[in-house]
Amino acid sequence: MFIDQNEFTIVAISLFFIGLSGIMLNRKNIIVILMSIELILLAINFNFVVFSIFIDDFLGQIFAFFILTIAAAESAIGLAIYVIFFRIRGTVSIDYINLLKG
Amino acid sequence: MYLSIVFFPLASFFLSLCFGKYLTSKGVSIITNFCIFFSFLLSLIGFYEIGFCRCPVYIKLFCWIDSELVDASWGFFFDSLSITMCVLVTFISLLVHIYSTSYMSHDPHQSRFMSYLSLFTFFMLMLVNSDNFLQLFFGWEGVGLCSYLLINFWFTRLQANKSAIKAMIINRIGDLALTLGILSIFVVFKTLNFVVVFSLLPYVSNYTFFFFNVDFNIVVFTSLFLFLGAMGKSAQIGLHTWLPDAMEGPTPVSALIHAATMVTAGIFMIIRCSPIYEYSNVILFYITFVGALTSFFAGVTGIFQNDLKKIIAFSTCSQLGYMTFACGLSHYSVALFHVLNHAYFKALLFLSAGSIIHSLSDEQDIRRMGGLQRILPFTYLMISIGSLALMGFPFLTGFYSKDAILEIAYAKYNFAGVFSFWLGIFSASITAFYSIKLLYLAFLSNPNGFKHSFQLVYEPFLSMILPLALLSFCSVFLGFLSKDLFIGIGTPFWNNSIFILPSNSNFLDVDFLPFYVKFIPFVLSVLGSVLSIFVYFFMPNLFFVLCTTNEVFSLIYTFFNKKWFFDRLQNEFIASFLLKLGFNFTYKIVDKGFLEFCGPNNFSMYALFLAEKINNIKSGKINLYAFLIFTFLMLFISLGTIFHFFYGFVDFQVCFVYLSCIFIKKLTLDFGIKY
Repeated sequence: MFIDQNEFTIVAISLFFIGLSGIMLNRKNIIVILMSIELILLAINFNFVVFSIFIDDFLGQIFAFFILTIAAAESAIGLAIYVIFFRIRGTVSIDYINLLKG
Repeated sequence: MYLSIVFFPLASFFLSLCFGKYLTSKGVSIITNFCIFFSFLLSLIGFYEIGFCRCPVYIKLFCWIDSELVDASWGFFFDSLSITMCVLVTFISLLVHIYSTSYMSHDPHQSRFMSYLSLFTFFMLMLVNSDNFLQLFFGWEGVGLCSYLLINFWFTRLQANKSAIKAMIINRIGDLALTLGILSIFVVFKTLNFVVVFSLLPYVSNYTFFFFNVDFNIVVFTSLFLFLGAMGKSAQIGLHTWLPDAMEGPTPVSALIHAATMVTAGIFMIIRCSPIYEYSNVILFYITFVGALTSFFAGVTGIFQNDLKKIIAFSTCSQLGYMTFACGLSHYSVALFHVLNHAYFKALLFLSAGSIIHSLSDEQDIRRMGGLQRILPFTYLMISIGSLALMGFPFLTGFYSKDAILEIAYAKYNFAGVFSFWLGIFSASITAFYSIKLLYLAFLSNPNGFKHSFQLVYEPFLSMILPLALLSFCSVFLGFLSKDLFIGIGTPFWNNSIFILPSNSNFLDVDFLPFYVKFIPFVLSVLGSVLSIFVYFFMPNLFFVLCTTNEVFSLIYTFFNKKWFFDRLQNEFIASFLLKLGFNFTYKIVDKGFLEFCGPNNFSMYALFLAEKINNIKSGKINLYAFLIFTFLMLFISLGTIFHFFYGFVDFQVCFVYLSCIFIKKLTLDFGIKY
């Protein structure tokens, strides 16, 4: 099957950058960061699938499954951490997560 | 055996320096005297083997520097030239050692003095026996060091310190030139070994090489710079100013170093490098010119000096000029013959001057002496012999070499020959004038000194008499005895150690000179001495009266008495210019300005400044960090691509220069630093 990879790649890249800007420009909610990470992973998954079809090699699709699994696990862990964090600090706003400053 | 000639003095130096405290000054004197004596005996044997039996000795001791590029070894090359110098150096050194045992006996640091003398002897032997230029340079610097140490021996005297530093610095100027000469030899020949260099020299006589973007003939360049080095050591005009001042040292030092041996090192070097000089006629002419000027200049200055040792120092300078122009006329054997003869009578003069100074309680001004022939008859005899030999009185030692030099100059029918002949003749008569002046004022005139300096007068002890007697014997007979050996026509003695280009040689012309020419030096010397006696016998106040009544004469007198203002010239023009340059440019602008600005100072300041800027970035905001990480990651990944893309359009070296200019300018603006 012949596909126009340019269009698909553009979709993937725009998804990726939306996710990235979600991390960088977001100043409020920490849940949004988790969602953005999911979005980035989705973009990458999309890339994998597209190119696996483009070069007729299903290794990319297998890889996409792996990434899907890991993304699910990671978001579960992330949510767990947020819950604990909320219990301790009483907020999930990013402005208050500046412990790195020391 | 040959190595012991060189290393006996070194052993003597170490023994007397390290164990001087335990050996006492008497023990030190005995040890050093014996060491030098053995060295002298061995060099006499060597003189027989090498000079008479004609078998040169080459000893390669061990490697000094052995890289792919440079090879220099501690090698000793004993040929007729160097063994003759060995005999001379060890002989004079032995006599001076003996003399110093009594001359320095009142000094608490006598063992140090003896050790320095031995060290000097070692370095001098190292210099004359070296087989390569680097080792020659080692000996050269070593004798300079010993000269410094010995001039400065009485280091509490300010004048001695000044003279020692002056000697050191002016010798450094010469040494710089010598270094350049040696380096140019290395550039061309890739070796410093005498034998290799001299045998390859005819093949490179047309080579040129660039120095400061000027195209030089290699032979001319090398010989010029080697000669400039010799000028420093041998006190030729321009770099001579250290020699009269060096008389601040103890008198045995003046006799050994500043009359007999060290100052002839430059002459020795010229003779040793005769193959180089023979291929550059320009430099030979230059050498003749400088030598003749020196002999004339020093002679004229000598007339107007009043210090006993300075008069003799200037006569040394004048005789060195003779040797130099003999070299310039490419009669190296005659120059070496004059070196030998001059060593005998000049050491004699200095040592007897020392005995006068010693017995007159350190009075050096000849105007405050007089009448000494009644109380110091032996010294009078010695000084007379020395002076007569110096004047070239017939059949004394000086006569044979000095007249030979003048005849050679006459027989060279070109400008250099005529120039040096007439200047040489003139300075010969001047030599006679001041020698007789010295004799007359110190010994024959009425006593003019202070009473206390005459009260303690005594004739020297045996250990001071012995060297004087030996030297006077040499000054009377040795010239006659060794004339045919050293400068006789066709003498086989030199045996390849001296090279003379056949077109430069005029040995035969000398023998066919008109008879009256051979008489000119003698007649003029007699005239000079008669004039001197006339002036000082009938008009002892002549100079004083003229100076006080006639302003012009007073100016002339000052001019000559102050050594033609060479010191002032050097101090006020050259030295102060260099000092100002060093302070204003090198120190203030380069060292403390530019280097400090670009280097340590600003680096630390800019690091702090940058750190402050970077500090603001560190806000603890996660999204900012994420942004930075991402941006720089992308930047570094695509760096290669960016460079590759711009490679065809931009010159990155220029960019770097431009960026660093911006950087420096930004620094200046940021910190308000002014140049």
